[in-house]
Amino acid sequence: MTVLHAENVSYDIAGRSLVSNIDLACESGQFVALLGANGAGKSTLIRMLSGLERPSRGQVRLDARPIRAIDRRVLARRRAYIPQNARVEWPVAVERLVALGLMPQLPVFGDLDRAAWRKVEVALALCDLSHKTGQPATTLSGGELARAMLARALVGEPEIVIADEPLSGLDPRHAMDGVARLAALARAGRLVIASIHDLTLAARYATHVAIMRGGRLLAYGPTASTLTSSRIRAAFDVDACVQGTGAQAIVDFIARPDQPALHPFPGLVPA
Amino acid sequence: MVRLRQDPMPLMLALLLAAAGASLVIGKVWLPPVVLFDGLAAPKPNLAWLIVTELRIPRTVLALMVGATLGLGGAVLQGLLRNPLAEPGLLGVSGGAALGAVIAIYFGLAARFALATPLLGIAGALVAGALTFLFGRSGTLTLILAGSAVSGLAAAGLALALNFAPSPYAAYEITTWLLGSVAEKEWSQIALCTPFVLAGWLCLAATPRGLDALTLGEAQAESLGVNLNMLRVLALAGVALSVGAATAMAGAIGFVGLVAPHLVRPFVGYRPSRILLPSAVFGALLLLVTDIAIRVIPTSSELKLGVLTSLIGTPFFFWLVLRLRRMSP
Repeated sequence: MTVLHAENVSYDIAGRSLVSNIDLACESGQFVALLGANGAGKSTLIRMLSGLERPSRGQVRLDARPIRAIDRRVLARRRAYIPQNARVEWPVAVERLVALGLMPQLPVFGDLDRAAWRKVEVALALCDLSHKTGQPATTLSGGELARAMLARALVGEPEIVIADEPLSGLDPRHAMDGVARLAALARAGRLVIASIHDLTLAARYATHVAIMRGGRLLAYGPTASTLTSSRIRAAFDVDACVQGTGAQAIVDFIARPDQPALHPFPGLVPA
Repeated sequence: MVRLRQDPMPLMLALLLAAAGASLVIGKVWLPPVVLFDGLAAPKPNLAWLIVTELRIPRTVLALMVGATLGLGGAVLQGLLRNPLAEPGLLGVSGGAALGAVIAIYFGLAARFALATPLLGIAGALVAGALTFLFGRSGTLTLILAGSAVSGLAAAGLALALNFAPSPYAAYEITTWLLGSVAEKEWSQIALCTPFVLAGWLCLAATPRGLDALTLGEAQAESLGVNLNMLRVLALAGVALSVGAATAMAGAIGFVGLVAPHLVRPFVGYRPSRILLPSAVFGALLLLVTDIAIRVIPTSSELKLGVLTSLIGTPFFFWLVLRLRRMSP
């Protein structure tokens, strides 16, 4: 059982507070969807949970050990991190891209052996990319690249998968496909944490939701009881209606009547 | 997308060997193999022996060392910055080395003491590298910006030295030195610089795994356990030591460090770690062949190595621009 615990973490930069006093504990088997408006502090929290950013106050513990005290290569074997809009910088073959995920497992000098290549094949098959093996990764479509990044994250068999907006820019089918893969990972006993903007997909697939606003945690708990229309209103400033639970859940939005009418030239609104 | 499967190393090494042989033969005095071997057999010192050991071999060794350094430095920096236009001079190190060497010439130290030029050149490179590190260590972008600031400073210093040159002759000497050459260097100068070059190569040889991880961008590389700060320090120190020492000896030689990584990249599947060695070998080959060419091309006054590399390199730069334009409309 893996437990990842953010203990009252805060993150300040240049006098601004991006995350304040968030306490969040998650464990193996959970698929935690991190929800919140743009600028709510999701990415910062994700970077702290991944051990990539040091909190200004508080700390993140992985199985009771401070995550920043864990050797970076050991940590890399245990958790995978996929940033927002992950890009490939060179036209390397897709298999090579995925194989980079095994880097923390490799000795300092030495290349991939047969067993490692087998893992790459399995990860490619799992993400439905077996037919793209030798293709330059820069020529992949958005959906394929997202799957390749997921395969890269999964190839090392990490206990924890943390992804920052893994569904951004994906069409409905690929988005559904992607979130279903993450849910399957959680069912297989891993801890999955992902920031997601599509609330319907979050309501259908996530076991838990954490809702943020202005750097604070508004609510955290099992999806069905936590993702309510009043909380969505509090987090996003829109009226929402949540219908159904589980695989049939639908979250819809209605513009709030008290919102000011949009004026084409905001600076010229008559007083 | 060009994707070539065969390994280019055997061919390049064979060409390198052939070029090194040709480099001993070709020059103002042609030494065909027969004369060369006669000279080796005859009682020493004799003319052929002196030409080979005091002129041709140092020149060849220096061309190989400088070319390999530029190729390797360019490959590491292009990988670190993920920018195809990165070249070893980007971090201000070459400028610093040139300024140091020019100071030695300016104050007449070089005339009194042969090792003054490379010694001050290396010192200049290390100071420039330290400055770049001091201001730019926090990130990749700041590293580039600090590097260009240091380059600008060095260029200003060079302009100042030319402006206040004590005599037209000193100004001429400074400009010719800046044009770059591997000719007429003594063994003692090479011996002085070699340890720095080797130490630099050692630093750069520790970077390949991190460079591969950077294929995924900085955030993912970090999440894979790569210490980015350490990687930047290794690359900067490696370039400061090796490129700095190379520039201190041979002057500013452009384009080799830019061109070599590009030309070998398609052969190794574009993997940043795999281009280091081929790029170094290709850089050495390129510089050696260019150095042989300037001995063969008949000109009234000597054509300088750095001039020819620039002449050959610029069309390549245009080709690169065209290719990038075609790839991203």
